[in-house]
Amino acid sequence: MRLIVLVKQTLTTEARIALNDSGGIEDAKIKKVVNPYDEFAVEEAVQLREKGVAEHVTVVTVGPESAVEASRHCLAMGADEAVRIDDSEIESTDSFSVAEVLGAALKGMEFDLLLAGQVAVDDNASQVAVRVAEILGLPQINVVSKIELGEGEVTASREADGQTEVLTAKLPALVTTDKGINKPRYPTLPNIMKAKKKPLTIKSLSDLGIAAPTPKVKVVAHTLRPAKQGAKIFAGTPAEAAAQLAEALRNEAKVI
Amino acid sequence: MSQDVFVFIEAQHDAIRPVANQVVGVARSIAEARGGKVVGLLIGAGLEGLSSDAASIGVDRLAVVDHAALATYSAESYTTAVVGALEQQGGGPLFFGNTSIGKDIGPRIAHRLGQGMVSDVVAIEQADDKPRFRRPIYAGKAFCTVEVQEAEYVVSIRANSFPAAEAAASPAEVVPVEVNLDPATFKVQVKEVIERDAGQVDLTEADVIVSGGMGVKGPEGFEMLKPLAEVLGAAVGASRAAVLADFIHPSHQVGQTGKTVSPNLYIACGISGAVQHQAGMSTSKCIVAINTDADAPIFEIADYGIVGDAAEVVPALTEQLKKLLA
Ligand SMILES: Cc1cc2nc3c(=O)[nH]c(=O)nc-3n(C[C@H](O)[C@H](O)[C@H](O)COP(=O)(O)OP(=O)(O)OC[C@H]3O[C@@H](n4cnc5c(N)ncnc54)[C@H](O)[C@@H]3O)c2cc1C
Repeated sequence: MRLIVLVKQTLTTEARIALNDSGGIEDAKIKKVVNPYDEFAVEEAVQLREKGVAEHVTVVTVGPESAVEASRHCLAMGADEAVRIDDSEIESTDSFSVAEVLGAALKGMEFDLLLAGQVAVDDNASQVAVRVAEILGLPQINVVSKIELGEGEVTASREADGQTEVLTAKLPALVTTDKGINKPRYPTLPNIMKAKKKPLTIKSLSDLGIAAPTPKVKVVAHTLRPAKQGAKIFAGTPAEAAAQLAEALRNEAKVI
Repeated sequence: MSQDVFVFIEAQHDAIRPVANQVVGVARSIAEARGGKVVGLLIGAGLEGLSSDAASIGVDRLAVVDHAALATYSAESYTTAVVGALEQQGGGPLFFGNTSIGKDIGPRIAHRLGQGMVSDVVAIEQADDKPRFRRPIYAGKAFCTVEVQEAEYVVSIRANSFPAAEAAASPAEVVPVEVNLDPATFKVQVKEVIERDAGQVDLTEADVIVSGGMGVKGPEGFEMLKPLAEVLGAAVGASRAAVLADFIHPSHQVGQTGKTVSPNLYIACGISGAVQHQAGMSTSKCIVAINTDADAPIFEIADYGIVGDAAEVVPALTEQLKKLLA
């Protein structure tokens, strides 16, 4: 069985977000990581291979040259092969465009299970993987914390609003991973060294035989969350503080 | 192409979810700018009762796909049903709640239609011409404004970010729509659905949430939160750490891997306010933090705070609110 994992490089979740002179997100000095939810997907894939359920794990990334760090990290975690599709020709990396590019790349690849994180911590959109599944006609099971691979099918349960759903999908299928499914390993030094010898292919859009997709949506502005004045702190005994708080909720904030 | 705007009307436990009323309100502002009507899409099986409810939530027309194969939700069948109904009704922008169903099928529908999608919208910045929507990014630390480039697109909105539409004076016209669905071709089977909390306020739709973290110390701590939640008519939330420590069921978790909530009032008791927790609640209108550590990050996004032991402050607050709200 062959597995493909979609991986995006993001800023670390803890990053302090600021705007640059052109109004974009300033990312120059911020640590970049593999999107944590994609890391769960990579770990799951590597574990499936270690258990002998799968033979081969390929990680596919759309990103700039610096995203090679993300590919390397996944190889050091145990993936067998990495593909980076260079995004410099893509005008705007909206979810539609990235999915079209990934769809074109995956059409030429053989696989049984496609894995990805349920969300990227930067854009919070949860769109790309599902769009890729649609392009390739794959069934999907989203936001899962347990996967069971069977003969030609995958079973997983997903937490939905007010209910848990247990679903079985025919392979090839897409499964997106949530936190709790596993604990991603830290790459060890020997594995980091080994990763350097693993195949890492860079592809351009012309290698994939496609033109840059026309974006369907465009980001026109960024704003920071307005800084709060600092919380108004109520002091005194618990009863005194609670009385002032109750009063403020009623008459100042008017929320009760 | 019509000027009409479409709304996916989500139901749960045989009732229209409150978020659907908010989605209708958003669709109404877009429809007014386009000079079109608001068309509701109701999908499921055995929908006689629900149709009459849905016809009265402020839509101009209600298209209903009632099919035995839609008795249990699945992304596969619902995508086909929504796309079929949308196309038969003339097509146009489609609005969802950013619920687990909206997240599951929104992108799939958008791509089947070759369209863009804006997820988790919290504000409309421009309704006419090329609409612009604001949405949180980087766990709520920033927002971006997204402009759609084409006349048809998909949008999902965060619950409690917009007011509900006004109910209709008289029910809208109900149009049955036939969509071809053959379960034999389905690639996904729903093995089991474990329902929870029927009858309780869904966390994502609650106006007030009382939430507990490691600082409430145990399941008893959540028992202590219940009377407070009761006086306020609130739902109970939790941090992931509290869920992992088995203080409370995972369905209460708020955050990046839990529920995204945006209530009028969020009271965080013994929660440090990690980024991943904030991702799920930072757009709440009023945030209260009760924490022994004055430097806990939750105070940075709180409007009001009490530095103190939750075990003392929570019962005191419950008492005060009982008096005030009596
Ligand atoms: C990929 C990923 C996803 C995650 N997703 C989520 C998510 O969805 N939701 C989520 O919540 N977390 C999530 N987390 C975990 C998150 O990082 C934090 O670990 C978690 O939110 C901490 O929970 P807490 O605030 O209850 O516990 P702690 O961080 O241990 O904080 C406890 C707080 O209680 C205070 N306290 C202690 N005693 C008292 C007392 N007697 N009275 C009052 N206050 C007291 C302390 O000062 C402290 O601030 C995620 C983490 C990762 C890596």
